[in-house]
Amino acid sequence: MKNKNLYNYILGIADNSLILGQRLGELCGHGPSLETDIACTNMSLDLLGQVRSYYQYAAKIAEDGRTEDDIAMLRKEREYFNVLLVEQPNTDFGYTMARQFLFDVYHFLMLTELEKSTDLNLSAIAKKSIKEVSYHKRFSSDWIKRLGDGTEESHSRIQTAINDLWTYTDELFHQTEADKVMVAEGVGVDVTKLKDAYYEEVNAILEEATLSVPESKYFQKGGKQGIHTEHMGYLLADLQYMQRTYPNMEW
Amino acid sequence: MSEEQIKNLEEQFEARIARDEKIEPKDWMPEKYRQTHIRQISQHAHSEIVGMLPEGNWITRAPSLRRKVALLAKVQDEAGHGLYLYSACETLGISRDELYEQLHSGKAKYSSIFNYPTVTWADIGAIGWLVDGAAIINQVPLCSTSFGPYARAMVRVCKEESFHQRQGYEIMLKLCNGTPEQKEMAQDALNRWWWPSLMMLGPTDDMSVHTEQSMKWKLKRKTNDELRQQFIDQTVPQADILGLTIPDSDLKWNEERQSYDFGEIDWDEFWQVVKGHGPMNNARMKARVGAWERGEWVRDAAMAHAEKQQERKNKQVV
Repeated sequence: MKNKNLYNYILGIADNSLILGQRLGELCGHGPSLETDIACTNMSLDLLGQVRSYYQYAAKIAEDGRTEDDIAMLRKEREYFNVLLVEQPNTDFGYTMARQFLFDVYHFLMLTELEKSTDLNLSAIAKKSIKEVSYHKRFSSDWIKRLGDGTEESHSRIQTAINDLWTYTDELFHQTEADKVMVAEGVGVDVTKLKDAYYEEVNAILEEATLSVPESKYFQKGGKQGIHTEHMGYLLADLQYMQRTYPNMEW
Repeated sequence: MSEEQIKNLEEQFEARIARDEKIEPKDWMPEKYRQTHIRQISQHAHSEIVGMLPEGNWITRAPSLRRKVALLAKVQDEAGHGLYLYSACETLGISRDELYEQLHSGKAKYSSIFNYPTVTWADIGAIGWLVDGAAIINQVPLCSTSFGPYARAMVRVCKEESFHQRQGYEIMLKLCNGTPEQKEMAQDALNRWWWPSLMMLGPTDDMSVHTEQSMKWKLKRKTNDELRQQFIDQTVPQADILGLTIPDSDLKWNEERQSYDFGEIDWDEFWQVVKGHGPMNNARMKARVGAWERGEWVRDAAMAHAEKQQERKNKQVV
């Protein structure tokens, strides 16, 4: 592969959307109301739509005959580079919204920078995605406020979810080797520079939602290097089921 | 109102329907008309919502990204159909919560077809092709039914269903043009979904209790048996193109009737499923009730937040 760094860089972005889209897809038909059900499905659809553009581009760069589906569904767990945050399970609607919110704020900031990429393909995908992600961010932020402000029970549940998922936020701003090369080439986004704006925005919304900002300084990492939580294998078992059971077929 | 006045209103009402005028929510209507429409429209809405489950079962396992996205979009369409059918029903003076309560308590029915399991990917194709195909045959006449909100909702529903049906057929086509294993998967799905799809068109005419009144109110244009024949005549050639065999040894073209003769439907199975004892009745209801109960704190929070917001606004005004 001529440009392994670009390929890995694209996967780093796309895998986040794939795994989060897959998680949201699990909820279809099981939401707390018809309206939230439709909204979660919609976010899943947006993310998977973005994923297709990224992987189609990655497949072109790989030049080894693999398709978008091969890349999406036929890697080993250690070869997925998504952050740990997005693979966390739908424990309840609070966790689903907390995960979404903590990712959306990052996703929006990242895409805003990616739109300026010298790589025209990535810039075009970012431009299209940012409109969708701005809606995701509004939706999840509104729910954080609603659940924080709503009842005692909802306040306590969403606070617990935020506390539990907080440990996965720092990883969003870690740079991989591919990141560093791509930033130097003007293709990639320097995620370390997004960190302050991220926590400022997240903290402001938590405050508005009458929630406290977790104080823990201990963070988890590994996803970007392909070392995942125990949840990941089960998620992939679903995602890869058909491709693994019936190899080399068209659907 | 005197009996004579009511009779007079009823006559005018029936005359309006006969003239193909639409009945709107605020118009006077006989109580039976209201109740029949609440029953039918809510049953239809419930079917859309419960119908999300068997197909949703394959979202996380769809074989390609393209199929996954298409399936998500399809199931989302169904949620949308549910949403506007519930809204149409609410215009008749019943709340969505009451309608859910009827579904969860088992008082309201939904289409029995969704009480069968989706066990392979081909089932997603078969549902699109056969189940949506049968649904369209049932629903197209409803686009010109007498109750305005229902008729208008159905125009949109039918457009989307017809897209879903083509999508389902395309899944089948791909399987049938694929490997022998894929074709076998398609045949197996047809074997399992064929008879339940025929049952979707309802009991035979001599067993159907609502037909006459429904015809008058344009909730029905053709009888169940006519619709079933139409479905079979339309579907058999499609199976031929796929190279699949309809699992009915009595199926054969009748030159005289210019229609297919077909075998006996297992009505015992039909009634067993209708009465709540199909393979998935229990699981479907548990999934619906479970989602509703798990979501209670979320809905409560949304209500409480909205009320607090309103209070804060009121205080500002004062």
